[in-house]
Order: sequence, then C-alpha cells, then structure tokens
Amino acid sequence: MTPNLVYVLLVGVLFATGVTLLLERSLTRVLIGVILLGHGANVLILLGGRAGDAPIVGATPEEGMSDPLPQAMILTAIVITLGMTAFLLALAYRSRHLVGHDEVQDDVEDRRIMVLAERDEGPGTADTSDEHVRGSA
Amino acid sequence: MLVLLAVHALAAVLAPSLVRALGRRALYLLALAPAAALGWALTTATATETHPWVPQLGLEVALHMGALGRLMVVLVGGVGALVLAYSARYFAPDDAGLGRFAALFVAFAGAMLGLVVADDLLLLYVFWELTTVLSYLLIGHDAARRAGRRAALQALLVTTFGGLAMLVGFIVLGEHAGSYRWSVIAGDLPSGPLLTVAAVLILLGALSKSALVPFQFWLPAAMAAPTPVSAYLHAAAMVKAGVFLVALLTPAFAVSAVWQAVAVTAGLATLLYGGWRALREHDLKLLLAYGTVSQLGLLVAVLGTGTRTAALAGAAMVLAHALFKSALFLVVGVVDHVTGTRDLRELSGLGRRMPALAAVGVLAAASMAGLPPLAGFVGKEAVFAAFATGAPLDTAVLAGLVAGSALTVAYSARFVWGAFGGAKPSEALPPGPALLAPAALLAAAGLAAGLAAPVVDGLLAPYAAGLPGPGYHLALWHGLSVPLGLSAVAVTAGAAVFAATRRRSRDAAERPPAGTAAYDRLMHGVDRLAVELTGATQRGSLPFYLGVILLVMVVLAGVALLAGAPWPVALRPWDTPLQAVVGAVVAVAAIGAARAHRRLTAMILVGVAGYAVAVLFILHGAPDLALTQALVETATIVMFVLVLRRLPATFSERPLRGSRLVRVAIGVAVGAVAAAMAYVAAAGRQARPVSLGFPDLAVSYGGGDNVVNVILVDIRAWDTMGEISVLVVAATGVASLIFRRSADLRQRAPAPPPGPGTGWLRTATGAAQQSIVLQVVTRLIFHVIVLFSLYLLFSGHDAPGGGFAGGLVAALALAVRYLAGGRDELNAAAPVDAGKVLGTGLFVSVGTGLAALPFGGQILQSAIVDLHLPVLGHVHLVTSTFFDIGVYLIVVGLVLDILRSLGAEMDRQMSEPEEAA
Repeated sequence: MTPNLVYVLLVGVLFATGVTLLLERSLTRVLIGVILLGHGANVLILLGGRAGDAPIVGATPEEGMSDPLPQAMILTAIVITLGMTAFLLALAYRSRHLVGHDEVQDDVEDRRIMVLAERDEGPGTADTSDEHVRGSA
Repeated sequence: MLVLLAVHALAAVLAPSLVRALGRRALYLLALAPAAALGWALTTATATETHPWVPQLGLEVALHMGALGRLMVVLVGGVGALVLAYSARYFAPDDAGLGRFAALFVAFAGAMLGLVVADDLLLLYVFWELTTVLSYLLIGHDAARRAGRRAALQALLVTTFGGLAMLVGFIVLGEHAGSYRWSVIAGDLPSGPLLTVAAVLILLGALSKSALVPFQFWLPAAMAAPTPVSAYLHAAAMVKAGVFLVALLTPAFAVSAVWQAVAVTAGLATLLYGGWRALREHDLKLLLAYGTVSQLGLLVAVLGTGTRTAALAGAAMVLAHALFKSALFLVVGVVDHVTGTRDLRELSGLGRRMPALAAVGVLAAASMAGLPPLAGFVGKEAVFAAFATGAPLDTAVLAGLVAGSALTVAYSARFVWGAFGGAKPSEALPPGPALLAPAALLAAAGLAAGLAAPVVDGLLAPYAAGLPGPGYHLALWHGLSVPLGLSAVAVTAGAAVFAATRRRSRDAAERPPAGTAAYDRLMHGVDRLAVELTGATQRGSLPFYLGVILLVMVVLAGVALLAGAPWPVALRPWDTPLQAVVGAVVAVAAIGAARAHRRLTAMILVGVAGYAVAVLFILHGAPDLALTQALVETATIVMFVLVLRRLPATFSERPLRGSRLVRVAIGVAVGAVAAAMAYVAAAGRQARPVSLGFPDLAVSYGGGDNVVNVILVDIRAWDTMGEISVLVVAATGVASLIFRRSADLRQRAPAPPPGPGTGWLRTATGAAQQSIVLQVVTRLIFHVIVLFSLYLLFSGHDAPGGGFAGGLVAALALAVRYLAGGRDELNAAAPVDAGKVLGTGLFVSVGTGLAALPFGGQILQSAIVDLHLPVLGHVHLVTSTFFDIGVYLIVVGLVLDILRSLGAEMDRQMSEPEEAA
C-alpha cells in the first residue's frame, strides 16, 4: 500500500502539537492537546484504508469504495472524544471553582514521600502504633 | 472428599451466626465438621476423586488420599475437633472475637484437609496459601496487641515467601514433567538440573512453613496466638504442612542428592537449636514452641532421608508428635487459664493441687521424651534404627539425633518440673472436666498408639512400601538392640542436662529467637527501598509522569523503527491536491492553538482544525465521518463557550522557558516517531484489508447499504456497545463533577416551569438579557431539526447518517434552544431527566442485542424483516435499527446532561453569591 504524504505529515504535526499541550499544567491546554491528539490518531487510522468514494452499496461500485472499516473505528473515536472533552471541561471548571485556577497541581502525598526520601527519613520499623490502637479500643 | 471440604466451608460460613445464637456451645456443633473428616479417614483406606475446575488451564480438583494422606486427615480432623471442643471452654462466654475465631478455625481445618488430600500440585499450593492467610488471621486474633499483629505479619511474610518459591518449584516440576498431578509425576519423575532447581525451591517452601533453620524465628513469635490456635496450627496442622510436603515428595525426590542433603542438614540444625533454646525459656508456651521447632527439624531430617525405615519412623513420629504436642499446648492453656500465668518461675504446687491435669501433662511429656510404652518411644526407636546402619554418614546423623533426643528429654523434664513441681501450695481452682477432656484424650491416644504399635505399623507401612531398606516394623520391644541402648543413653544424658541447667539460664529470658534481627533488618531495608524508590519515581507531577511515558514510547518505537531499516519505499503526495491545502489548514491551526495565549483563541483554532479535518474526511470519501466530525466540532464549541465564561481569558504563563522547550522537544520527538510509524506501517502493509467482503456482508446479513453504519450496529456492534457505555459514564461523570451536592443532582431533571402562565413563549418572560427574536426563530426551526435528526437516524442504515449523527443533530437543536432561552427554555424543549434518557438508550441497545438470544441467534445479531403494510407499503425493517435508536438516545442524553451541567447548573451557581462555594 502506498501511504499518502499529506496524512503522514499531518500525523506528525498533530501528535507534536497535541503532546506539547498535553504536557502543560493548564487543564484547558491539556484538553486541547487531547483533541489534537485525537485528530492525529484519527488521521493515522485513516491511513490504514484506501481513499475512494462513499462506502454505500448501490451508490458506489465496490472497486471504487473507500475502506469502511477505519471509518467505523474513527467514528466511535470521534464521539468518545466528545465525551472526553465534556469530562475534562467539567474537571477544569471544578478545579477553577475549588482552587481558583484550572492547573494540575503536584500530588501532595507524593511530594511528601519525595522529601522524606531525600532527607533519609521515613518508615523504619513497620508497626509502631500500638498505643494508639489500645487507646482507641 | 469434596463433600468434606464443602462441609468445612459451610460450617465456616455459618460459624459467626451459630456463635451468636448459641454462644460458645456452638463450637461443639462446629467440631462436627473436622470430626466428620476424622470418621471418614478412619473408615476409608484410600480414595481418589477428580472434578473439573478450570479446564482451559488444565486445572482440576484432583484429590487423592493414600496412607500418608490418611494419617494427616486423621490428625487434622481429630486434633481439630478436640481443639474446637476445648475452645468452647477456653474462651470466655462473652469473648467478642469468638464468632470470628470459630469461622477462621473451621475454615483453616478445611484448608488443611484440602492440602493433605490434594493430588494436583497447583491445588495443593492454593490450599497451602489458604492456610497461610488463615493462620495470619488466627495468630492476630487479638488485633489490639502489637506483639500479635507483628507475629502474624511475620508468619505471613515468611511462609508466603516460602510458598512463592514452592510455587515456582511446582511449575518447574509440572512443566518439566508435563503434568501437575503428583500421582502421575511421582511414577515418572524427570531428572536433570531442573529437578534439582525444583527440589530446592519446593524445600524452601517446606522449610519456611515448618519453621526450620533458617526460618525458625517465626514460630516462637507466633505464640502470641491464643493457645488453642497454637495447639492446632503450631503442633498438629500448619507446621506439619511442610513436613507433609517433604514426606509426600521424598519417595520420589530422594534420588536427588540435594534434596536429602538440604533436608537432613536443615533438620538436624533445627533439632539441636530448638532443643537448646527450649531449655532456656521460662514461658511454658515458648518452651513448647522451641520444642516444636526442634521436633519439626527431626521430622524433616528423618522424612527427607528416603529409606523405608526412615519413612516409617518419620510417619510414626508425625503421629506421636501431633498427639503429645497438642495435648501439651492444651495443658499449658489450662494452666494459664486457672493460674493466670505460664511462667515456670511463678508456678508452683500445681501437681499436688490438680493431679488429673498433672497426669495428663506427664503422660504427654513422657511421650515427648520418648519413654516407653508411649507413641513417642516407638517412633524414636524407629528413628534410631533407621540410621543405625553403620555407614559413616548415617552414624554422624545418628549422633546428632541422639543428642537432639537427649535435649528433648531434658526440656520435657523441664516442662513437667516447671509446670507441676514446686513445694509452695497453689490456691488455683482445678479446671472443669470439659476443659481437661480434650487434652486427656490426646494424651491417652498417644499411650494407645504406643501400646498398639503393630496396628499403627499396619496403617503406616503402605506409605513406606517401595522405598529401599530392610523390612523394619514398629513395635515396643525389639529385643536388646542398638536403638534401645541409644534411647537409654539419650534419657540418661537428658536427665543430666536437665539437672545441670534447671537452675541456670535466667539470663536468656526475653531474648528474641535467632533470626529475628535479620528479619527486622530485611524488613527495614524493604521499607527504606520502598521510600527511596517511590521518592525517586513518584515525583507527584503529572507532566513528569506523562513525559517519562512518552519518552519511553519514543525510545522503544524509535529503536524498533531504526532496527527495521531500510524502510519500504512507497509514497505518493496526495489523493487529490486539495488534501494538501486542507492539511495545511489543519497544521497551521494546530500549531496556532499550541502557541495561543488566550483561551478563546486556542478554542477557535482547535475548532478550525476540527472542521478542516471534517473536510479531509469528505475528500477521503467518508461522508459519515465528515458529518459526525462537523457535528461533534459544533457541540464541542458550545461546551467550550459554556465553560470558558468561568475561566480566565488567558492561560497563566509560567516564566520557565526551559521547561517549555523540553515540552516542545518531547512533542516534536513523539510527532516524528508517530509520523514515521504511520509511514512504515502503511507502506509495509502486505495483507489485504479484511473489509473487502464487508459491502456484500452488509447487504446480505446487515440488511443495509451504508457499510460504515452496518459495521457500527452489526459487524462490530460490540465496539459500539462499549463506546456508548463509555459515553454514559462520561455523562454521569460530568454531572457529578458539576452538581456539587448529590441533592443538587435533582436539577438534572427539569425544574417545574416558572410563572403561572401557559402557552407559547411562556418561558421567555423575564429573561431580559435574552433575545426574543432568537427564541422565536429557534422554536420555529426546532421541530424541523428534530425531524431531520430522526430522518438521519432511520435512513442511516442505507445513506450517510445513523444514530450518532442523528443524535448529535437533535442534541444541537437542544443546545440552540438553551443558548437562545436559557435553562427554562431547555426544560421546555426537553422535559425529561438526562439520566433517564441515557438509561433508556442503554436499555434499548442492550435489549436489542439480547433480543436475538431467544430466537437462537447470537448477541447483537440482526434480523431483517420485510413487511407489506396497508398504507405505508413496503417496509424494510432491520432489528439493528433499534440498536441505533439506543445510540441516538445516549448521544442526546449525553449532550442534554452536558447542557444541564455545564449550562444550567453553572448558570445557577454563577448567580449564587460567591460564599456558597
């Protein structure tokens, strides 16, 4: 099969821009990155089937049809992206509502462990909570 | 045997309720389960059962009971029943943990039963780990005590470690032999280095379970368990699992020199270490625990040898040890119960005060010391006889065994002296007969087994048959033989050791068992490693994680791509030059969106990219895709607009230029790799597309002309099913993120119409900022659009359209109504709960899929119905149309949910005073 150069280049551009945005902290940018990545993936799938006329029996002779299978896959992907977009937008709104901006924060607990590791502190023996348990029992 | 296992499982499940209803008397009832196992084993010589389990994996519930299994079932069932009966008096009537204890105990007895009758090695492993987990729960009976928790965890970790090693050993063995049935493998054992590996791994499991050196430390610590648990698990059952495994495998594995060497060395070391430590303990229970460690060492050494006499001797010792050691544990429990202490420095005068208890204790201890005419004596005689061959190696082992026996005599004496000796009279009240009876029965059984040695010999001989060596028989009297002389030596030396040590050894008290420190260091190291590793890898930063993942992808895929060079050469610029133009638009818009500083700019540019992609779809010959993409893009823009009004106009800029460059670099790398992959995959493709036959199939089976739609609702309908489920989840997620309180979720359903007026445009009142003209126009076209969406839905099977496109059109009609007139207008247009629309859609789709089943079809199979109706004329009906209706409803529901959440509810929250947050 002979690939279409326009598609190949487009996959590259869409993945590059999508990933760049995905690595941002602002959820809106992440979302736009996801959408662009989605376009890129769709074009990538499109490369897997030949182009042609609409795959409708009767309207197009079978030899002239574009490959319908990648199309069906892309169609579900498009609608999933819609659901994903809605969810991420809701997340961004929620974040803005709760903390005043829509940026992904570092995980506090992970940071704490990181600091512990750097200071060579942290759990020594496994179980030292005896008094607490007795006290609450 | 399966029935017995089921009885145990049922009893375990019912135990908590029974205990609640009957109190501690319920334990007598529950003791019937292990008693049934005992009864069955006493009346059945051998048995084999096979039940299918996981045929795909070749797993079956293969059960087999031979002479060894029978001995173990008798012990597991008999001791289990007696200890349960004992527990009915041991625990206080109001003990809150009794129900839990009873359930776990019976379950443990069942697991142990399964372990000793399992023929399939993997099944054996399952029961093995079941006993490990249940013992963890039983040792940690008193979860408020730190020592209990610690001991339980330690036992769990050590035995699980061994268990995993054993599993690997089993798999090596099973794969090598081509079967996991021991009865099959044993007859035809493979040889070679793999067998040695398997032997060592399996022995690791056995040694850790039976607390042999170097794993001996967990057993004394596990004495934190309630005494009945120790009497059962740490004398008769769990620790015997390792011994059982050695006994089971030795007849076949004894050909492996490694097996013999490891078993005998570790066994002897454990025998001597345990005996030595037992002499230094003040706590009677710990004394017994070290005694058990010592005896387990003896058992493994003897059973791992692989001669006929040794096997017979080992089996006899297993029986004797289970009887006397559980009896002794129960006696210690009684002593603890009546005096409140187990410290032999404090106990005094019990022998005179409670002669019955003392008699039981002395009888059991005498068996432990190996005095005639008890079972312990018979077993020990046989052990000595097995090694009294004169061969140098056997003689060395024999010396170790005699020394161990001397220590055993010494600590047996120490036990009796400590528990019952002393001149100071005791004030404690003697135990009731119900508490004493189980221990007495066990001790008496030890006496009976000794007196009836020939009977025992007959029962155990089949196990040893087939092994090399002279035809030894268990008996009390063999004449004036070498073993008898050695017994005399051991008893004399033991008495001397006892006399020499009983006054000393105060210093050793409270010292943790050897190996504890190493275990602690190891655990500390693991904890530290976890902290360091987590700290090094879990930075807590999402971009960092994503970057790592993407870089891994770049490296792996990039290396694979480079390795695949030279690449196939096949490339054409485009299908039509217009693609280059549109492609350039997409690329420019995408790059612009990535560089944009304002949210609105980014949104518009990404919309441009989306519409341009739709045009690309048209040029490709995919009208369905183009339609859907354009509609989705429109819906996306609506959503963006709804949310962006609550977000700042510009992205907050970070001054870190360096990190931005890193992001772009990663992005470019990923893009390059993705493009290269796309090229190589497409250019290298040789296979014919699977979809070549789809057009014909679409018409003949799917009953439709639009191949893409038939793929969605028929050929790959499972994909679509999964996808619409995701949509429902996403819609639910959006709603639950926006509605802050679950009570607010009622807002997902339309509110009652405001104002008293009815009639057209009644909702338009009072919405000053909204345009009346726009509202009127949208109302005028609303029904037309909905009608058009239905047309798309029903014609989609044969022409571009379908459930997705139709649903999106209808949803956009709703969006227009909302944008024009706000939430009241939306409620007027769609007076239904979005959740119900989603649920109905999923129900219709799944229901259509299932509808084929009653007619003998497969799930989601379509049927084609052609009808001639009076007015409508010819109607061509395909059942998958209903599936598409479900899809339509779900898409409508999704967007309705989005409008209610991101639209109406957000309006409400924005109009609320700020402090509401």
